Amino acid sequence: MKNRSCIAAAFAASLVLGVPSLAAADSMDSNMLGNPCAGCHGTAGQSKGAMPTIKGKSAKFIAKALKDFRDGKKPSTVMQRIAKGYTDAQIDALAKQYGG
Amino acid sequence: MAKLTRRAFTTLAGTAGAASALGLVNIIPARAASGRVVVIGGGFGGATAAKYLRRMDPGIQVTLIEPKKQFVTCPFSNTVLGGINDIGFITHNYDALKSTWGATVVHDMATAVDTGKKTVTTGGGRTFGYDKLVLSPGIDFRWDAVPGYGPDVAGKIPHAWHGGEQTVALRKQLEAMPDGGVFVIAPPTNPFRCPPGPYERVSMVAHYFKTTKPKSKIIILDPKPKFSKMPLFLEGWKALYGGMIEWVGAGDGGATKRVDAANMTLHTEIDEYKGDVVNFIPTQKAGKIAQLAGATDKTGWCPINPRTFESKMVKDVYVIGDASIASPLPKSGFAANSEAKVCAAAIAAELAGKAPGEPSMINTCYSLVSPDYGISVAMVYGFADGKITKKKGSGGVSPKGANAEFRKKEAQYAEGWYSSISSDIWG
Ligand SMILES: Cc1cc2nc3c(=O)[nH]c(=O)nc-3n(C[C@H](O)[C@H](O)[C@H](O)COP(=O)(O)OP(=O)(O)OC[C@H]3O[C@@H](n4cnc5c(N)ncnc54)[C@H](O)[C@@H]3O)c2cc1C
Repeated sequence: MKNRSCIAAAFAASLVLGVPSLAAADSMDSNMLGNPCAGCHGTAGQSKGAMPTIKGKSAKFIAKALKDFRDGKKPSTVMQRIAKGYTDAQIDALAKQYGG
Repeated sequence: MAKLTRRAFTTLAGTAGAASALGLVNIIPARAASGRVVVIGGGFGGATAAKYLRRMDPGIQVTLIEPKKQFVTCPFSNTVLGGINDIGFITHNYDALKSTWGATVVHDMATAVDTGKKTVTTGGGRTFGYDKLVLSPGIDFRWDAVPGYGPDVAGKIPHAWHGGEQTVALRKQLEAMPDGGVFVIAPPTNPFRCPPGPYERVSMVAHYFKTTKPKSKIIILDPKPKFSKMPLFLEGWKALYGGMIEWVGAGDGGATKRVDAANMTLHTEIDEYKGDVVNFIPTQKAGKIAQLAGATDKTGWCPINPRTFESKMVKDVYVIGDASIASPLPKSGFAANSEAKVCAAAIAAELAGKAPGEPSMINTCYSLVSPDYGISVAMVYGFADGKITKKKGSGGVSPKGANAEFRKKEAQYAEGWYSSISSDIWG
């Protein structure tokens, strides 16, 4: 477990830093982290119903919201349960995917 | 960044043969992926895979084979049974997949897979070559598991575990049932499609009865000792439907041993239950084409490499959705959608000569206990030691004893989920 999250964090960190030689693989990896979110929030974060739209929000806003959900600073129904599955680095990476 | 670079090469090698295309990307790794991917099944897993493959890399040719021109979902079909939505609400088509995403959609049944020659043949007599094949055929039934139930009986005693005609058939029977009637439902043994599904169905039928036929009863004959979100369902049923629902679990001999369709009666080891409407949900296995492709093991389901969803049985064949053994992920539409994206990313990476990224998936299953009362179970999944793992600390079910406002919000989110995921798949 421990090992795993280290690797994930390293991946996410390299993503944020944009290590050039790994750029392509990394971009796929960041999508890998963020792609499942579309199951509720719609393709590219464009919701079609009651779920909040993520598209158009800044990466900073998204990252803060996710961290606040995770840490219980922002009330939620399901988002705390989801956000607890991600490290800070992973949250930053997927916020970047949606927030640009 | 790299995304743009890949896009720039979209027109390359559109018709090039598989071997040469793969050779190309091996020599020049920065080049766009190209290759032919055939997807069998245009449901939650297959349609997502087709769309996301095209979205990730338009250089990939994607052919989706699906017999139905319109796909009627199982998710939210329980709201149709409850008289809340009509069948149109849960019906989708393949227009966007063709026009927006540029996939080729062939409305035909895949009848054979030659994994040596790497071809798929259809009932209509066409043959498609592939570099990578994705199977998302959903489930088939083990018709022989319980005597007395089979395809010939499914009109009289619907299973309604495939969307469409079966949902409509069961709804009609519920509409025709007189007040004071008995609805008997028999959920299947594990593993099966949508673990909370039968209990959401009970809830939606109870809502319908409460509002139109309040003297009616519901009996659940369960071969299992417990079920998904059980404490939450029991809490909701008690609050909303009083004594309308009776659950007979495994400990009380809930397993159906024989179906007597002529008398609309289910026989357990110790008793018999006659219904005015009976819903028998059979034991399940992977969709038949998975077996024909050699992708199933002795369990009837498909073992996969969890990093890519490539079959452990046959090379260059990927299995996603209900047909795959992806535990601890449940057999849900949400999981199928998440798995499809991991699989698509792995295929896109491999066709481009890159290593597949690390899988990350989510499942959230909402259930409606009433139109204003939603509950959920969620989990984030990662990958460690060659296995799909639950991310520690994440997930879980809605709190017990939550207030009406919380339940109402989750009911709204249930519908919000349905709208968003439908557009993420068919939009
Ligand atoms: C009552 C009910 C409620 C549910 N509610 C939810 C819910 O709220 N949330 C949730 O996440 N999940 C829910 N599910 C589960 C969900 O329906 C499935 O998990 C999901 O459909 C699985 O996706 P799939 O791609 O594996 O199969 P499917 O979506 O069933 O798609 C399979 C497709 O493959 C096609 N096919 C099969 N064989 C062939 C062949 N040989 N050639 C060509 N095409 C073929 C079929 O025609 C079908 O269109 C529910 C299920 C039921 C029954």
